[in-house]
Amino acid sequence: MTAAANAREAILNSVRSALRRGPLDDTRRAELDARRPRHTRPAQDEELVARFIRKFESRAGTTARVASRADVPAAVEAYRVEKGLPARAAVGAALKDLAFPGLEIHHEPAGISETMAVSQALAGIAEPGSLMMASGPASPITHNFVPDDHVVVLDAGAIVGHFEEAWEVLRARPEGMPRATNIISGPSRTADVEQTIQLGAHGPRRVHVIIVG
Amino acid sequence: MEIRSNEFKQRAVFAIHDASLQQALGKARGGFVGKRAQQAAELPEFEQLREEAKNTKNHILDNLDHYLERYEAAVTAAGGHVHWARDAEEARKIILDICKRVDAKTVTKGKSMVSEEIGLNEALIEHGMEVVETDLGEYIIQLAHEPPSHIIAPAVHKTKDQVSDLFEAAHGGPRKTEVPDLVNEARMVLRDKYFRADVGITGGNFLVAETGSSIIVTNEGNGDLTQTLAKVHIVTSGIERVVPTLDDATLFLRLLARSATGQETETYTTISTGPRRADDLDGPEEYHVVLVDNGRSKMLGGRFKDMLRCIRCGACMNHCPVYGAVGGHAYGWVYPGPMGSVLTPLIKGLDNAYDLPNACTLNGRCASVCPVKIPLPDLLRELRHMQHQQDITPVMQRRALKVWRYVATRPKLYHALEQVGARFLSAIARNGSIRRLPLASGWTDVRDLPAPAGRTFLELWQGKRGQK
Ligand code: SF4
Repeated sequence: MTAAANAREAILNSVRSALRRGPLDDTRRAELDARRPRHTRPAQDEELVARFIRKFESRAGTTARVASRADVPAAVEAYRVEKGLPARAAVGAALKDLAFPGLEIHHEPAGISETMAVSQALAGIAEPGSLMMASGPASPITHNFVPDDHVVVLDAGAIVGHFEEAWEVLRARPEGMPRATNIISGPSRTADVEQTIQLGAHGPRRVHVIIVG
Repeated sequence: MEIRSNEFKQRAVFAIHDASLQQALGKARGGFVGKRAQQAAELPEFEQLREEAKNTKNHILDNLDHYLERYEAAVTAAGGHVHWARDAEEARKIILDICKRVDAKTVTKGKSMVSEEIGLNEALIEHGMEVVETDLGEYIIQLAHEPPSHIIAPAVHKTKDQVSDLFEAAHGGPRKTEVPDLVNEARMVLRDKYFRADVGITGGNFLVAETGSSIIVTNEGNGDLTQTLAKVHIVTSGIERVVPTLDDATLFLRLLARSATGQETETYTTISTGPRRADDLDGPEEYHVVLVDNGRSKMLGGRFKDMLRCIRCGACMNHCPVYGAVGGHAYGWVYPGPMGSVLTPLIKGLDNAYDLPNACTLNGRCASVCPVKIPLPDLLRELRHMQHQQDITPVMQRRALKVWRYVATRPKLYHALEQVGARFLSAIARNGSIRRLPLASGWTDVRDLPAPAGRTFLELWQGKRGQK
C-alpha cells in the first residue's frame, strides 16, 4: 500500500475504532444518503424584493430598480457617471445580448487594472439580502473580486426567500454545481485594525445591484 | 509553531503589564460581545438553531467515516484531489510536494487555523518560497513575526500605532496613521501578490459531502482572490469539518457570523467545487484538499468528543474574562481562550499545557454562548482530573489536596480548624482586608484578601438559630 493509501485507511480506521464499530453496512449507508435535513428556517414575513433591498443596503451595498432588461445599460451608465469612473468595463458574456453604447467592454477575465465589472447574478437570497453568483465562461469569477466597482444585474423573479431555496436553484442546473458559487452580501470590508470597519479591503469597494422587474 | 503553553503564568504576568496590549484588548472588549448579543436577540430562532447545530454535529461525528468517504468521492468526481494527513508532518509534506511539483515561488494564503496548527509557513519558507498572508490581520502579524492571538481576529492585540510602524518598515514611508490609508496600502501591496501567486492556500469552514465543495467565509475577499488567481488552490481542513449537505452547512452558517463577529452574515460565503472547468476563463487549474487528523480521530472516542463540534467562531474567547485580561499569546500555542485550553493539551499533550485547564475560573460564560453548545468548563474540569490521575499536577498541590481530603472527611476536625483559621485571619486583618498572608502570596501580591468575620459560618448559623 502506498503511503497515501495508508494514511487514508489509518484515519478511517482510527475514526471507526474511536466509535467502537467497523465500517457501516450498506443499509445504514443508504439511510444516511437518503437523509434530507429540514433545519429551522428563520421566519420571514416581508415581500422578497423589499427584504433583499433592505438587507443588502444595510451593509453599504446600493441598489437601483429598472422595469426591463433593456433598461440595464442606461442604469449602468448612470452609476458609472455618478461615481466618475472611466468609460470601460469587464462585462460577463451572460449580458452579451445587451449593447452598452459609450462603454468600452470586453468579456475576458478582469485584469489587475480593471476598474468596473458588470455581472449577471444567478439568484438573490432575501434572508440575508445577498447575491448568488455562479462562475462559468459567461461570468468569470475575477469580475466579482478584482475591480473597485462591481455592478450586478439581478432579476426580481430570481430572488428566493431562504438559502435552502437557493441551493435548489444550484441542484436544478443541468451542468451541476458551478466551480465557484459566490454569495456576496455587500462591499469587501475589514475590521482588523482596532475593530474599525473599513470598506474595500481586498474585493470591490462598492457593489451596486440593478434589480430588473 | 513551537508550543510555549507551559510558560502561561510568566506570559500572563507579562501581558498584564504590556500597556499596548492592554490598550488593544480594551478596545476589543465589549465590541464582539455586544454585537453578538444583538444578533442573537434579533433572531428568535437562535436558541433553537444552537440545539439543532449541536445535534447535527453529533450525527455527523457518529457517522464521520461515511461522510468523509462520500465527500472524497464527490471531490474526485468534480476533478479535485483529496489527501489524508495523519499528523502535522504528513500534512506539511503533502503541501510541500504539491508546491515543489509546480515549482511554486510565491504562495498566497487566506486565513487558515489548520495551517497554523501544522506549522506550514515555516516549512514553505524553509524551502525558499515567498509566503504571503492575505487576511489583513494575518498580514499584520506576519510582518510582526508573531502568531495569531485570536482565531478570527488574529491581530486584535495590535494597536493602530503598531500597525503604522510595521507598515512603514515593510512598505517604506510615508507613514500612514489613519485606518483607511493603512487598509488601502495593504490592498495595493497584496494585489500584486495575488496576481503573481503560483499556489493559493485557504482553510475550509465546511466541507460538503453532497457536492464535494469546500466553503470559506470571509469579509475581506482575500480568500477568494487567493484561490482564484493562483494556478493551484489547496484547502487545508480538519477531518471534523465535513457536513453532509448544503442545507446542513446553512444551519452552521446562520450561527457562525452571528457568534463570531456579531454580523448577520459575513460579506463573502464561497463554495468551491473542483478546479477550473474546460470552458472557464479563470480559476485555479488544480484543486486539492488536505484532510488533517492530528489527534482528532482519537478525541472522537472519549470524553472530549464534544470538542469536535467546534466551528471556530471565537465566541468563547470573546466572552472569557481570562482571555480578556491576558490576550491570546499567553496561551502559548495556536488556539487560545477556552477552546484552546481544551484543544492544546489534547493535541500537544497534557504535560505540555499544564496551566491552561487550570487558568479557567469556571464562570461558564463560554459554554453559554457557544453556538454548538460545547460544555467547555466541564471539559476543562475533566482535563484537570486527568492531570491529577496522570501525576502531572505539582507535588505540593497533590499533597495539599490529600490533606484537604483528610480534613474535609472529618467534620469535627474540619470545624475546629475552621474556627482557628477564621479567628487568625480576622486578627491579622487591617481595615477589613489582609494585605499579606504567608503561603498565599500568589493571591496577596496582586490583590487584598477580604477578611472573614472572625467566626465561622456554622457558628453564626447556630447563633441565629439560638436567637429564634
Ligand atoms: S468552542 Fe464554541 S464558542 Fe469556542 S470557537 Fe468553538 S464553536 Fe465557537
